[in-house]
Amino acid sequence: MVSRRSQSWRRNFDRLMKVLIGLSVVVAIVPLVLVVGDVIVQGWSAVNWNFLTQIAPSPCSAGDVSKFCTGGILNGIEGSFLMVGLAALVAVPVGIGAGIYFSEWPESRISFVSSFTNDVLAEFPTITIGVFIYEIVVVSTRTYSALAGAAALAIVMVPIVARTTEESLKLVPTTLREASMALGIPRWKTIFRVVISTGKAGLATGILLAIARAAGETAPLVVTALYSSYPPTLHSVVPGGPTASVPYIIYNFGTSGYPNWVTTAWGAALVLVTFMLVLNLAVKFFIGRKFAGVRAEI
Amino acid sequence: MAELSMPASLGGVQPKFETRGLKAGFGSTWVLNGIDLKIPPNRVTAVMGPSGCGKTTFVRCLNRLHELTPTAMVEGAALLDGEDIYDKNADPVAVRRRIGMVFQKPNPFPTMSIYHNVVAGLTLNGVRDKKKLDHAAEHSLRGAYLWDEVKDKLTDSGASLSGGQQQRLCIARALAVEPEVILMDEPCSALDPTATAKIEELITQLKRDYTIIIVTHNLQQASRVADYTAFFYLGKLVEYDETAALFENPKEELTERYITGKFG
Amino acid sequence: MVGAAAVGIIALLVGLGIELAYGSSLSISTFGLSFVTGSTWAPIDNIYNALPFLVGTLVTSGIGLLLGLPLGLGIAIFLSERKGSRALVTAMGSLVELLAAVPSVIYGLWGLLVLVPFMRDYVEPTLKGTVGFLPIFSGTPLGTDLLTAGVILAIMIIPTISAVSRDVLNAVPNSQREAMYSLGATDWEVVRKAVLPYARSGIFGATILGLGRAVGETMAVTFVIGNSTNFPSSLLSPGYSLTSLIVNLLGTTTDPLADSALVEISLLLFLLALTINFLARGLVWRMTRGTKFRI
Repeated sequence: MVSRRSQSWRRNFDRLMKVLIGLSVVVAIVPLVLVVGDVIVQGWSAVNWNFLTQIAPSPCSAGDVSKFCTGGILNGIEGSFLMVGLAALVAVPVGIGAGIYFSEWPESRISFVSSFTNDVLAEFPTITIGVFIYEIVVVSTRTYSALAGAAALAIVMVPIVARTTEESLKLVPTTLREASMALGIPRWKTIFRVVISTGKAGLATGILLAIARAAGETAPLVVTALYSSYPPTLHSVVPGGPTASVPYIIYNFGTSGYPNWVTTAWGAALVLVTFMLVLNLAVKFFIGRKFAGVRAEI
Repeated sequence: MAELSMPASLGGVQPKFETRGLKAGFGSTWVLNGIDLKIPPNRVTAVMGPSGCGKTTFVRCLNRLHELTPTAMVEGAALLDGEDIYDKNADPVAVRRRIGMVFQKPNPFPTMSIYHNVVAGLTLNGVRDKKKLDHAAEHSLRGAYLWDEVKDKLTDSGASLSGGQQQRLCIARALAVEPEVILMDEPCSALDPTATAKIEELITQLKRDYTIIIVTHNLQQASRVADYTAFFYLGKLVEYDETAALFENPKEELTERYITGKFG
Repeated sequence: MVGAAAVGIIALLVGLGIELAYGSSLSISTFGLSFVTGSTWAPIDNIYNALPFLVGTLVTSGIGLLLGLPLGLGIAIFLSERKGSRALVTAMGSLVELLAAVPSVIYGLWGLLVLVPFMRDYVEPTLKGTVGFLPIFSGTPLGTDLLTAGVILAIMIIPTISAVSRDVLNAVPNSQREAMYSLGATDWEVVRKAVLPYARSGIFGATILGLGRAVGETMAVTFVIGNSTNFPSSLLSPGYSLTSLIVNLLGTTTDPLADSALVEISLLLFLLALTINFLARGLVWRMTRGTKFRI
């Protein structure tokens, strides 16, 4: 027989390790299932059309049935849309611009330093970005505002857009650029017409990912936009006033202890998770297998 | 194909390795289509053929390395000293312990010293006695014609040697576990002529104590080191005879075309 | 024009650092080194020291790593060595990616409303019953404490560690595995003796990256850490991390010294994050040199 008795403990140890590794996978997946599961279970009862179209309820204790005790997260939804939208308005052009620079002028010193800085910024604790904006915007304008919130979100979004732009543009074959330039098309036009249109799926991915990230960010908003029980108006932007957001509702209501507020927080969490899921699926759908090398991380 | 599977000149010698209907492939494609081959002991047998003929897959089936690739398939039997290594009770770990392998590109473990590279197989099997390990290390390095070159730098990283030295290190590593069979998959293809010559000489010495199966695409190499040569084509065994006989008097037209360079 | 965007990014990070330094100048000049060595945070007395929060950050991140590293590495080994069925591996891989996509505020919410009661009613009493004599487990289990924060951080850094480790393990050449197999090694022995040593520095880099993520995490920690400015005396004490302190207190005071102290805490965080980031990058780059690898 080719097997040997003395080696059986090695075989058993091998089996043990395989079990342990399998276990670690299960143990790690369990929290995810629980978190998403609980969000769905707890939030399901709260979310309906009214939830999305009414402003937040007042805090109530259990059993209180006044009509101010039910409500929704409209103020948060509109606030989030506003601030993420404003942020994108700035972050997308800047991010794409930087990404183009990194991809088309990789030899330059600036490219190297900036690209490195970009990566660092992408992983940075977002609260420090919040503090930065707090110091230069909130303190000087003496108010929380949608602009401050948007500014903070923009800083969070830029590195993501820049990184995905750079990577998808780098995937465009050099021969394409060369062919275009050989036809006498100037460099800037080559970039805009040829390179970008070839890599546009990647650009779209970057934008979607950045939006997903910004939509879920809480910490910077706590110190820049704070909260309002009413949907944002022009006043929230200029001269500026506190603006609600969905993540802030989750934070504030979730820690409040008021039962109806806690339920609202779960509902908001469900809305947020659904939004993220939809965006993620959209990204997967758009990029398909084209960007196997780009590990999209939010 | 009973007469084909063993060269007539070997008479009644018990084969070291015998494959019966060995088939192997990936996914839904078979690369080897039923090989019946008897490998004689203490000889060098070369496996040759054009690219894609299945020679590397064949050899990797002999130490059950093939099945480690996802989607790999194997059928048939391979008998080592009469016992089927693919028997469902056989332990692949124990099988591989008895068969050593040297790869196309030298692959010493870069995080280990030369010494630890050589005795890696022994420490795996629980040998802790320093004296035993030292003895085995020197013995194997001498056996691989590498001892004099490295005896003063045994603690250097395994990756610090030249290509030819690295390959001899890998041979020493394979020798240290005292295998019965040594498989070599184009061991010289990544080396320069001097290193190649050293290793070919080594192979000729090794066959006194080991059965060696070598995959090669180099006809001259086969004629230099191999006692027997098996010619594969498109996953089938076409001809198998003493090397000299096969090269000078090929019985099959395919063999002749390959030898005279008419393809692959 | 695109070059300006690139320069802008550099300017942003530099500006961030400068602004934080500027904002902390009052606090730095008032407290000097005692800011990081003292443990008093008393607004009444105008004393602001950061040691309790540094400890909070380091302890919770430490627990997070202690729990998260083996789990993350286990997943990475499972995914890269591909010993399970194809479907299972793909499914697990996608699930772990999904884990990374959930915003931290939702982990925080779940943490407070589900994990904290669980810790308070089951895990911590059990701990007290078995190892309660140890000083690090002293105190009444309330659920909102450093330990729970550590657990939540572990959950959050598992995807980071596993994703980076998986890439690192995949970068180990197959010929190394085959060499070990051919000597007669079991699957686990191949991983332990050929794959992991080769991937050593990359895995260390993944760990540092996980640490960086844990140190910078704000919302998940805020929900469960108990929010106390006292120096935490045990794992079961409530406390604050650098991040959660800032998010809770910034904007709530009118005292410029308090404000400056909070900004100095941000500065500390900034420097900590930078150091960790540089370390991690260097290590992972060394491992996957040449591969178009982004963290």
